[in-house]
Amino acid sequence: MKYLDEFRDPVIAKKILDEIHAVTTQPWVIMEICGGQTHSIIRNGIDQVLPKEIELVHGPGCPVCVTPLEIIDRAIEIAGRPDVIFTSFGDMLRVPGSHKDLFMVRSEGGDVRTVFSPLESLKIARENPDKEVVFFAVGFETTAPGNAMAVAQAAKEGLTNFSELVSHVLVPPAMEALLSSPLNRVQGYLAAGHVCTVMGWDEYDPIAKKYKVPIVITGFEPMDVLDGILHTVKQLEAGTHIVENRYARIVEQGGNQPAQALIKDVYEIANRKWRGIGEIPVSGFKIRSKYAAFDAELKFSVGDIQTEEPEACISGVILQGLNKPHDCPAFGKECTPQNPLGATMVSSEGACAAYYKYQRIMND
Amino acid sequence: MCLAIPGKLLEIFEESGLKMGNIDFAGSVSKACLEYVPEIKIGEYTIVHAGFALSVLNEEEAKNSFDVWDEVIERANAEGIEIEKLERPD
Repeated sequence: MKYLDEFRDPVIAKKILDEIHAVTTQPWVIMEICGGQTHSIIRNGIDQVLPKEIELVHGPGCPVCVTPLEIIDRAIEIAGRPDVIFTSFGDMLRVPGSHKDLFMVRSEGGDVRTVFSPLESLKIARENPDKEVVFFAVGFETTAPGNAMAVAQAAKEGLTNFSELVSHVLVPPAMEALLSSPLNRVQGYLAAGHVCTVMGWDEYDPIAKKYKVPIVITGFEPMDVLDGILHTVKQLEAGTHIVENRYARIVEQGGNQPAQALIKDVYEIANRKWRGIGEIPVSGFKIRSKYAAFDAELKFSVGDIQTEEPEACISGVILQGLNKPHDCPAFGKECTPQNPLGATMVSSEGACAAYYKYQRIMND
Repeated sequence: MCLAIPGKLLEIFEESGLKMGNIDFAGSVSKACLEYVPEIKIGEYTIVHAGFALSVLNEEEAKNSFDVWDEVIERANAEGIEIEKLERPD
């Protein structure tokens, strides 16, 4: 397929790999932020063919994984109401809450529907004026433009039965939180290409400068990932720490300006709790007060929620890059994709799911 | 939610007041909102997330990547390793 197969060529990939081996002289720890890149790395075996000096650690860029348990429980409570049609991207339906998941709500009679776009939720709202239609607005900067558009359209059309349960998080504050932790091991970042498609990369310059880490924007195909690693290692070896855009076919420095404008109109920056990590200041979005009528948190009073995280799950430290999935005693035993204890085993972008699927079951 | 592959825009239409398009992803055609890529033309490639096209693929930059890899191949050939150059998109 055009613009895809060319970036999966094994011969060129091998040559880039040879260059990585040639330039590497000492140990380096590099984090790929995005769960999509984690899956590309594990699926293609990239981590197994790199020089032994290079350790890839997997970042928190999996929206399903970092959505806090309180919000999952809140979604489950709202979705179970008889007057509600609850709509969500498919991944969220299997994420365990304290006592059940959204699939179980559906099996108990709740009207829980999977959508591929928030515009489908708007259509459901138009077609069901006697029901409250709630969209579970989760994700990073890549889903924010669509989720913002849904609210703006609902307001424009005067739809009073549509609202969003928002749990939006942002990548740069998480990168900075990890770097400022006393436990940090990350020396260079592969930045998430498609997040930069929306927001551009001006936000990364101060981070690279302050923490002296190279940040290389790259894509998801094997050659993109290898090229990103090569340029990160080159910087680490040379002692430089700048932002490099190696995904220029998709990413522009300023990002997508119309998307940023609508996101800014609908959402404002807020502190957000990340599952397994805790609260990170100014790391997410909430709906602005002028769109309060579309905020499901305000529309449905849920009350206090007591959450219970499974004790055996170590997804928090995995999301911070401090442990690998196979370091967890429950990995592949009590915790499998069929019966996940934590969200990192659920999501198609979760590190535990990638390790399980591609059978990385032991430390190399 | 952050994974996406480039798809080719086949047609543009309007739906509920929004600019929409049908996009071909390796033979599988999906509908997406084009409001965030107002400049896109039929035949161009785009990246879609959650039903929204967010970037028009820059063909010039894609060609630059191929040129860099051609240099890699030339270096390999100079080392005596025979590698054919990649086929380029039309």
